[in-house]
Amino acid sequence: MLMSGRFGAYGGTYVPEILMPALTELEAAFVEAQKDESFQAELAALLAKYAGRPTPLTRCRNLGPAGVRLYLKREDLLHGGAHKTNQVLAQALLAKRMGKTRLIAETGAGQHGVATALAGALFGLQTKVYMGAHDVERQKLNVFRMRLMGAEVIPVESGGKTLKDAVNEALRDWTASFTDTHYLLGTVAGPHPFPIMVREFQRVIGKEARAQVIEEEGRLPDAVIACVGGGSNAMGIFADFIEDEGVRLIGVEAAGKGLDGSEHGATILRGRPGVLHGAETYVLQDEDGQISDSWSVSAGLDYPAVGPEHAFLKDSGRAEYVGATDQEALDAFALLARSEGIVCAFESAHALAHALKLAKAAAEGTVLVVNISGRGDKDMEQAQRLLEFGA
Amino acid sequence: MNRYTQMFDRLSTCGEGAFGAFLMLGDPDPSTSLALLDAAVAGGADMIEVGIPFSDPIADGPVIQAAAVRALDMGVTPEVCFEILASFRARHPRIPVGLLTYANLVLARGRESFYRRCAAAGIDSVLVADVPAREAEPFAGSAIDHGVDPVLIAATNTPPETLRRVAALSRGYVYCVSRAGVTGTDRQMELDHGGLFSTLAEAGAPPAVLGFGISQPGHVRAGLEAGAAGVISGSAIVRRVAEAREPIEAVRDFVRTMKAATQKEVARDRVAV
Ligand SMILES: Cc1ncc(COP(=O)(O)O)c(C=O)c1O
Repeated sequence: MLMSGRFGAYGGTYVPEILMPALTELEAAFVEAQKDESFQAELAALLAKYAGRPTPLTRCRNLGPAGVRLYLKREDLLHGGAHKTNQVLAQALLAKRMGKTRLIAETGAGQHGVATALAGALFGLQTKVYMGAHDVERQKLNVFRMRLMGAEVIPVESGGKTLKDAVNEALRDWTASFTDTHYLLGTVAGPHPFPIMVREFQRVIGKEARAQVIEEEGRLPDAVIACVGGGSNAMGIFADFIEDEGVRLIGVEAAGKGLDGSEHGATILRGRPGVLHGAETYVLQDEDGQISDSWSVSAGLDYPAVGPEHAFLKDSGRAEYVGATDQEALDAFALLARSEGIVCAFESAHALAHALKLAKAAAEGTVLVVNISGRGDKDMEQAQRLLEFGA
Repeated sequence: MNRYTQMFDRLSTCGEGAFGAFLMLGDPDPSTSLALLDAAVAGGADMIEVGIPFSDPIADGPVIQAAAVRALDMGVTPEVCFEILASFRARHPRIPVGLLTYANLVLARGRESFYRRCAAAGIDSVLVADVPAREAEPFAGSAIDHGVDPVLIAATNTPPETLRRVAALSRGYVYCVSRAGVTGTDRQMELDHGGLFSTLAEAGAPPAVLGFGISQPGHVRAGLEAGAAGVISGSAIVRRVAEAREPIEAVRDFVRTMKAATQKEVARDRVAV
């Protein structure tokens, strides 16, 4: 392989030997594409004319204390409904370049599955999406959207029937199918080169946001805040700010029903280093190393591992990680809808919840940027049930 | 002398291939699990392979996944597995025992502590399914420090330079996979291993043992004819644990049939006469 695939002690390629040639092929294709102007031009055109980039940076009119300037990076407005489309288009182009005819993907909230399905339709690639049976149930609308675009959705019945189990199944498929199939992994987790590749393909979020906030404010923000499931929307918005030492980078994990219990998805806050899905990283696990089932009201944050670069940023202190509970996220979700007329994804509401906490204690003139990673259409059914003014 | 070396020496003297029987430890419960290991030996297995149940076995198909779930549901922990193996070792001092596991179970205990515990339980080798040659050095190093043989995997799509690394890091034997995919019997083995076996042999690797999808005597013969020193059958055995009315007898009889296929035609004819 060409790169180390490590972020300090984290990362690596912990996969069966049979998959190593597939990772090597992918890494080579990625490295070549990054240097290839025609690939970059094709991707840029797709992002602009098909997906709708750049997405706006919206300053909240009503939300937050008066003296605080709260900005939302509007990935909810991207085609497909979430940031996932950015890197899916890029990986699908790579798959074409590698001569693959089939895509497989895992999905939690269904957003990555939807993005993969749209790319499959666009590029004429046969698409199969693995989704935990529990998530199939709670994100029915996205299941329908995927099927509408021609993807096959396979409910996964093993384990806790959520994202972790869907990744297991996709990896198993890939060990048999890599010759003609690209595994279009949906986040900055998994074996090298996925964490680096997905970060680079999501970097556009932070690149735009940085220029946009400078244009609005004439300066860098005080903090950039994003939710962390596998960590792709967070790495995407953090990447271009990492060198800006004065900018706090804050990842918000799912604290679920509370960090004191076991029903949460707070991998960095409550996990220990280990290996899951091909990478050495923080993992929620028991004493023996059996992986724990995570919990979050948002399927996209319901994952017991996290991208290895986040593990590295946590240990190095460059980024901070905090939690927001299901309830805090739901409150922020409702508040954003009421006060700004924006219905965000439950995942993104975790980031907003923390930003609002931060804003309360912030000095006059503080500038905060929150990544609204996706829109809430997929969550409407659940929201109706969970919010008291629902049905 | 190392139990694997002794076994391969003995078998080559009598012109036989090795038959390895894989079972999931603690499946369906710890005491039956021990009886099943005994049954595999009674059926004539030359080497025993065992798995520690893991919550997320990405290299395993449905049959072995289900076995892990059954064992985990019975509360089987790695420590219970080590205890089963220690009892087994006390009854069978000579048969080589190899452990198949996943990286997180090794790291959760700590590499040194894990391999030390393996040695104490009488385990001869450890294969970590999600540790390819690229990541294997620290695992192999700790194993060797504690007198345990590191076993690595090789496949027909593994490039020659990686095969040389596999050869250099492996002790005991090299686990060659018979085909792409996860464990299970629904996909047939493929037989283009000649190049793999010869590259490994030229690089000075320990004997090649073929696994994945071996479920009939014909597979055993085909694997040995292709040049493997032995074969391992997993899902076909584990399926009998789950489905047979008398699992212990079923495992013993199946192992006996499979072991018979490792014996050269002449030898078998002589037995038949
Ligand atoms: C809208 C949205 N935000 C965030 C996530 C979490 O993923 P990541 O942490 O990779 O951004 C998801 C995943 O499904 C999502 O759909």
